[in-house]
Amino acid sequence: MIYALLATPLVTGLVSALVPWRRWVPLLGVASLLGVLAVALVLAHDALHSPARALHGSLAVDPLSALMLLVIGAVGLLAAIGGVRYLDLQLARAQCSTRQASLYAALVQGFIAAMLLTVLARNIAIMWVAVEATTIVTTFLVGHRRTRGAIEASWKYIIICSVGIALAFLGTILLYVASSHTGGPASLDWATLVREAPQMNHAVVRLAFSLIVLGYGTKVGLAPLHSWLPDAHSQAPAPVSALMSGVLLAVAFYAIVRCRSIAVSALGSDFVRTTLLISGLATLVVAVSMLLAQRDYKRMLAYSSMEHMGLLCLGAAAGTPLAFAAVLLHMIGHGLAKGVLFLGAGEILELEGTSEIAQVRGLLARRPALGGLFALGLAALLGLPPFSVFASELGLVRSLSAAGLTWVAGLALAALALVMVGMSAPAATMLLGPGTGRATSPRLVRAPLGAALGVLALVGVVAWPLSLLIHAGATVAAQ
Amino acid sequence: MKVSYVTPLDLAVVVVIVTAALTLWRQSLVASLRALSLQGVGLGVVAMVLGAHRRDPVLVFVGVLVLLIKGAAIPRLISRVVARDHPGREGSPLINIPASLVGAGLLTLLAFGATRGLVALIATPAARLIPFGVATTLIGFFAMVVRRRAVSQIVGLLTIDNGIALTAFLATSGVPLVVELGVSLDVLLAVAVLRVLAGHLHRQFNIQDLDQLRDLHD
Repeated sequence: MIYALLATPLVTGLVSALVPWRRWVPLLGVASLLGVLAVALVLAHDALHSPARALHGSLAVDPLSALMLLVIGAVGLLAAIGGVRYLDLQLARAQCSTRQASLYAALVQGFIAAMLLTVLARNIAIMWVAVEATTIVTTFLVGHRRTRGAIEASWKYIIICSVGIALAFLGTILLYVASSHTGGPASLDWATLVREAPQMNHAVVRLAFSLIVLGYGTKVGLAPLHSWLPDAHSQAPAPVSALMSGVLLAVAFYAIVRCRSIAVSALGSDFVRTTLLISGLATLVVAVSMLLAQRDYKRMLAYSSMEHMGLLCLGAAAGTPLAFAAVLLHMIGHGLAKGVLFLGAGEILELEGTSEIAQVRGLLARRPALGGLFALGLAALLGLPPFSVFASELGLVRSLSAAGLTWVAGLALAALALVMVGMSAPAATMLLGPGTGRATSPRLVRAPLGAALGVLALVGVVAWPLSLLIHAGATVAAQ
Repeated sequence: MKVSYVTPLDLAVVVVIVTAALTLWRQSLVASLRALSLQGVGLGVVAMVLGAHRRDPVLVFVGVLVLLIKGAAIPRLISRVVARDHPGREGSPLINIPASLVGAGLLTLLAFGATRGLVALIATPAARLIPFGVATTLIGFFAMVVRRRAVSQIVGLLTIDNGIALTAFLATSGVPLVVELGVSLDVLLAVAVLRVLAGHLHRQFNIQDLDQLRDLHD
C-alpha cells in the first residue's frame, strides 16, 4: 500500500513530463490525487489497528502520519482540479507553452510525492531530504507565470528556505551525534531517538532543537525567517498557493512535531515549551500586524496562514494530547479552508483582473456563486460555526489554559479577535455593495469548493469519521 | 594522536575555512567560484582521510562523491551563469572587504565559543576541528547578507552547506549513505534551479544587483 501511495504521483508525474502535451494530462493529475486520497483513507483505517510498514520499517504509517496523508490527499485533490482550470486559461491565452504546461503538471505530482515521503519517513534525515525536495520542486511552480514578480518571489523563496532548512539539517546531525553518545547505536530512526533521548547530552539536544525550530520554522512561515511567505503565496498560481498554504506549511510543522517528541523525551517540557511559545507568539504578532495593514487579498490570505501556523505552534507548546487533538483538527480545517480561499481568490483575480481589495466590489451581487463560496470560505477560516475551525480554535484555547498557559490563551484570543475584525472589513468591501450584471463561474470551479466546505462543516459538527484518528494521532504527537 | 591522519585532516579543514574567507575577500566572481571549487575538494579530502583512518570504505566513497559534486560539478554549473550572464565582479558589497574579513574572524571566534560543549562531548582528534565547520557556516551566512549579486548569494548558500557537511563529517562517522546521497541530490538540484532563476533574472528582466528585486513588498 505504501509503495502504491508513493508510486501513484511519481508515475503520473513522469508520464506528464514525458508524454507530449494532451488535454487529458491535468485530468490524469486529478485521477492520481483521487488515487492518493483513496489509498490514504485505507492506510488511515489500518493505522488505528496496525501501522503499515515498508522498506524494513523505514517507511511507516502511524495515526499521526495517516492524518497528514489525508490532508495532503484532500487539499491535493482540490488543487489538482484547480490546476485543470489554471492550465486551460494559461494555454487559451497563450501565456504558457504546452511544454511549460507539462512541466507544471509533472512538478505538482513531484511536489505531492515529496510531501508524502516527508510524512512516511521514519528516518528524520530522510524526512529532511524530502522537505528540501519540496522547496526545489515548488520554486519552479511559484515562478510558473514568469512575470517579474513571480521570478522575484521564487528567488527569495528558494534562497531563504534553503538557508533555513540547512539549519534544520545541522540540528538533525546534532541529534545524530547526541544519539551516538548514549551507549546505544547511533540512529536517525525517530522511534529509536525518542527511546534513547533520556540518555542524550542536554546541551547538544537544546542546540539541536533550537536549530530545528528555526530551520523547519522557515518553511512553516514562523518568524523571523518568514519573509518569503507572502511573496511566494501571492505570486504563485492559485492551485500552487492552495497547496503551499494548505498542506506544505502543515507538513513542515509536522517535522517540528516529530522532533519535539525527541526533545521532550531528552529535556523535559520546559525548554521545548519556551522555544515554541517564543516562535508562536512572535509569528502571531508579525502576522496579525501585517494582516491588518493589507490592501491585497492574496497577501492577506498569506499572512492569515502565518497567523494559523503561529496558533499551531502555541498548541504544540502546550503539548498535551488535548492540545494536539486541537492542533491536528486545526491543520485539517485550515488546509481545506485555505484551499478553498486561494482557489476562490485565483478565480476572483482571473475575473476582476486585480488583487487589490479596494478594486473589487459587490461580488455577491455580481457573481453570487463565487462570492458566496468565498464568503463561506472566509467564515470557515475565521472560525465561525459550524465549520471545524471553530471547534479547533476553541479546543486550542481551552487546552492552553488547561496546561497552565492562561495568559497565552488570552493573547491567542486577542489575536483571533483582531484578525476577525481585520479580515471582516476587507471582506465586506469585496463582497457587499451593489453590482450590475450576473456572471457565473464554471461548475469545475464551484463544485470542488462547495464539496470542501461541506466536508469542513461535517467535520465541524460531528467530528465523524475523524475523531478516532485525531485522538490516536494526538497521542502519538504528544509523546 | 597519530600524526599520520591528523596532519592531512588539519590541512584539509584549513583549506575549507580559508577558501570560505577567500569568497569574502575576492570581488571577482570567477575567483570566488575557484575558491568554492577548492573548498569542495577540501571537504572531499576530509571525508576520505576520515574514512581511511576509520577503515570505512563507505566514507571514502562519500568523500570521492563530495569531491566530484562539490569540487567539480556544482562550480561548473555556476560558472556557466558567470560566463554567460554575470561577467565581472561583485559591485560594492554592503560592508567593505577589510571589515568583512574582520567579521569572518569574529565569527570564527564565536564558533569556537559556541561549540565548546560539543567538542568536549565527542572528544576525538577530529572533533576539535568542529569549530571550523561551524565558522564556515557562519561565514557563508555573512556572505549572503553582505553580497548582492545572484552568483555571490549562491556561493554563500553553498558555503553554508559545506560548513554543515564539514561539521557532520567531523562530529560523526558520517551519516548513512542513503542520507548522504539524498542530501547531495538536493544540493545539486537546488543549484540547477538557482542557475535557471539567475538566468531569468538577468536575461528577462536585466537584473544585475539583487537590490533591484523590490517589486514585492507590503
